[in-house]
Amino acid sequence: MDFSVLTDQFASLTFDGIALGFIYVLIALGYTMVYGVLRLINFANSEVFMLGSFATILVATKLFNHTIESDPLTGFKLVYTMTAMLVGAMIVSGVASVIIEIVAYRRLRSRTSNRLTSLISAIGVSIVLAEAVRMATSSAPMGSPRLLDKTILATVWGADIRVDTLLVIVFAIILLIVLDLFVNKSRLGMGIRAVSMDYDTSRLMGINLNKIISTTFLIGGLGTGAASFFYITVYEMTRFSIGFELGLAAFTAAVLGGIGNIRGAFAGGIALGLIEMYASAVLGTQWRSITAFVILILVLLFKPNGIFGESLQQARV
Amino acid sequence: MPFNLRDTGATLWANSNKWQRYLIAGVIIVGAFALPLLEGTFLNTPRTPFVSVLFYPIGVYVLMALGLNVVVGKSGLLDLGYVAFYAVGAYTAGILSMHTKLNTWEILPVGIALAMLSGFVLGAAVLRLRGDYLAIVTLGFGEIIRITALNSSAVGGANGISNIPNPPTTFGFTFDLESDRNYYWVVLILIIITILIIRGLSARRPGRAWESIRQDEDVAELMGVNTYKYKLWAFVFGASVGGAAGVLFASKAMFIAPNIFNYNISILILAFVVFGGMGNIWGVVFGAVLLSYIPERIRFISEARMLIFGLVLIIMMNLRPDGLLPRKKREKIGIAGGEIK
Repeated sequence: MDFSVLTDQFASLTFDGIALGFIYVLIALGYTMVYGVLRLINFANSEVFMLGSFATILVATKLFNHTIESDPLTGFKLVYTMTAMLVGAMIVSGVASVIIEIVAYRRLRSRTSNRLTSLISAIGVSIVLAEAVRMATSSAPMGSPRLLDKTILATVWGADIRVDTLLVIVFAIILLIVLDLFVNKSRLGMGIRAVSMDYDTSRLMGINLNKIISTTFLIGGLGTGAASFFYITVYEMTRFSIGFELGLAAFTAAVLGGIGNIRGAFAGGIALGLIEMYASAVLGTQWRSITAFVILILVLLFKPNGIFGESLQQARV
Repeated sequence: MPFNLRDTGATLWANSNKWQRYLIAGVIIVGAFALPLLEGTFLNTPRTPFVSVLFYPIGVYVLMALGLNVVVGKSGLLDLGYVAFYAVGAYTAGILSMHTKLNTWEILPVGIALAMLSGFVLGAAVLRLRGDYLAIVTLGFGEIIRITALNSSAVGGANGISNIPNPPTTFGFTFDLESDRNYYWVVLILIIITILIIRGLSARRPGRAWESIRQDEDVAELMGVNTYKYKLWAFVFGASVGGAAGVLFASKAMFIAPNIFNYNISILILAFVVFGGMGNIWGVVFGAVLLSYIPERIRFISEARMLIFGLVLIIMMNLRPDGLLPRKKREKIGIAGGEIK
């Protein structure tokens, strides 16, 4: 173990860790919001992320005819293309998420109270999606054209502030603020909070449950889609199994913060991003995912409902 | 009334006397032992020999599904890292055969004991958690075991351990590359023993405790059930079965590597349990046989077989949410029918 890496590159690791953390936060939304409303692990969300990452690249390569060798864009064209990629990923992921709800969960919800059944159904959906993409891409990874030149904007305490990581952080913060406002201020957001507090009572109060649930899945999907765009912008590569890798980490982040709790997902995601970056610097990248789990187990041993916990009436359902 | 396999079977069993029951059990057991005779019929699997499919995946997976059923189906503890115990068993076989001269039958108890120990350690730490938190922690444990094996050069790292010896010739039965049938019989014996133990436990105090924990943990605790103790019991029992499956698999395959023991196996076993009908031994056996057999049978469309597997899961869960052969709904009978059994 070499701790000098940690002190030498502390600022740069922190910066990268925060950017990775925001990607986790956005994916974790797809888990945590659905959990808040339905009390079930939305296993298929990892494949929503995978679909979004492919959509991002396909918008760039098929719609704008960029190839992997294309030169980076500048000015208005860059903004235009990147926006299209972000919107494309969010639409694909959002729609996929809503369709998954209809195919995998809706019918079961009215027929059985057994949550494991929904879990298996969701696992089925994830297998189908991952396998379909695996066959379509012949298991090959797909690279993204580098449209955004990764210039270094500034150097703070020895850390290079790259434009792509900065973009992730800024846009993720904007999205999260919008989401927080939506959930806390809007009428639909109030509906979501009501359903997550008490499913049966909110139905008695005349809330259209299917509409609320679809909205929740849509928001989770949009967040996950945005995450996949940011992931592609920074890491420039995807493959059919990416959903599993990132989805597991994001789910861990959601549990770390207290699943069902949006602000908890925020804290959990950032914490996990930082932990993974520090751990892979000190212990080597091969131990990265283990550290996340070890920390998770330790946190849960002392705070069994995650760092922020669920609200009291939810915890005992 | 539509034909109901579970109820028909249950009625038949309930209306039989002692000798008829022995007869039914005998027919089923002999039938199971005779399965290798079906080689070459329409059941035959392309690409892999039918008898070898009977051992792995079918036999090994049925065994593991039975073990996981105690944890998930009977006690209602969602375990997403069951593969960890399978890996512990397999690696015990690998490491012990590398450093000692013990044969498979001598390693088997050690593997089971170590798997139980790891189940005990994990369970003691995390069984105070509930529901989905337990799920993610067990999932994490499975990954921790796999990645630790992957990064430890002492157990071969990513290359794993090869040249694990086959079991020695026992009672005139040889165990080598050709003797798939004998391996199948061994795993069948283990399956029968496991079923007998589970049936025995289910009818006694642990079984009732598990059932009450599954239905309502708070009420169970109020009624004086030591929930923590019985949850730990379920966990350790499940782990022991997983460990046994691991030892057996390693000595047949002769080679193990960390990536065999990935998270997909845990999910697959869980799918068997839920698909077949949680908590019902015969449902779980049926589900595991069917779901591990189908991908082998349709190997000629090998590219799409996992895709079809996923579709089967979605469709079946939508058509029969409680599984193929669900457990008898005692609690529902009590409420709706006014008749409490």
